[in-house]
Amino acid sequence: MTTTEPQLARRDVVAALLRDRGDMLVVTGLGSPAYDVHAAGDHDGNFYLWGAMGGAALMGLGLAQARPDRRVLVVTGDGEQLMGMGGLATIGAGGPRNLAIAVIDNQHFGETGMQASHTGRGVDLAGVATACGFASAVTVSDAAGLAQVCEALARPADGPRLAVIKVRSVNPPRSLPIRDAVALKTRFRAALGLAPN
Amino acid sequence: MTAQTAERRDEDWPEELHRVLKAAGVRHMSYVPDAGHAALIRLLSADPEVTATVLTTEEEGIAVAAGAWLGGGRSVVLMQSSGVGNCINMLSLPAMGRFPLLMLVTMRGEWAEFNPWQVPMSRATQPTLEAMGVTVMRAETARDLVESVESAAALAFTADQQVAVLIGQRLLGRKVW
Repeated sequence: MTTTEPQLARRDVVAALLRDRGDMLVVTGLGSPAYDVHAAGDHDGNFYLWGAMGGAALMGLGLAQARPDRRVLVVTGDGEQLMGMGGLATIGAGGPRNLAIAVIDNQHFGETGMQASHTGRGVDLAGVATACGFASAVTVSDAAGLAQVCEALARPADGPRLAVIKVRSVNPPRSLPIRDAVALKTRFRAALGLAPN
Repeated sequence: MTAQTAERRDEDWPEELHRVLKAAGVRHMSYVPDAGHAALIRLLSADPEVTATVLTTEEEGIAVAAGAWLGGGRSVVLMQSSGVGNCINMLSLPAMGRFPLLMLVTMRGEWAEFNPWQVPMSRATQPTLEAMGVTVMRAETARDLVESVESAAALAFTADQQVAVLIGQRLLGRKVW
């Protein structure tokens, strides 16, 4: 757990995670992680949540199970993942090798007035993921750690992975994806060669 | 009709549901267990064509099913009536994205129920689902159940609807304490 203010900027972190994404599919949690992923460049293989708090990693699980041939990355925040903490047990038990979760951890509920969250009060999400049987779970808070996470994402894994990336608790200007989930769903499925329904 | 010529016996409904779900293209199932679902969970989990996922709480299944559909998969979510209350906000996801959703819900708290704690959520099950835009079907006999699930699967996966089939406690039988 970091005791000093993290130095990484969330937009730089998410841009680095997605720089060499290849054909990786991405699901975001609501709020800042959705804006970060959108700011890194909109993509047909992105699905942005605007609600359903606690559901991002589980949507990633269903997607990873339906498409074992594709890598799936969930980009979410500490508050969103804390709401779906039981989901880490479900993902650990499911054991998908093609699912990774990046928790962009500013240790605050950034969308609702920057109230301090559990991760700034000693709760260790990577420790939870480890205890749930993830193949790897790490917490990083500097550029060298981020580089290791990005390199690991490109390699195959034996099971689900989670990286908690500590970032500054500063909200950059919002970069808003479309809010029409039907359009996002249809676009995403088309990118996989699927009909709208 | 003799036993030999009967097309199916009432107690065979889990096998019938397995067949109907497979025929509808379902290759994914997630569940919070219920005694009434035990046979169907066993059948789907043993099916090498089906990915089965145990959940810690029912709303996880709503998100998992939407994710599966995003990738071209058809999923069914199994739970008991007490779990429907856990799903409320997560039902925003299929409502907003018009994601197909097929839920099979075993009812507690209504027919010869011993445990009073099952009653409040039992009463709230159908209104809760309908408040979130889910179409509710109810089956009280094995034949009605199989036909309802067949119909619900078509409505979900070909018409992008969110559908729950409630399986009456009378059909499941009295729980022995």
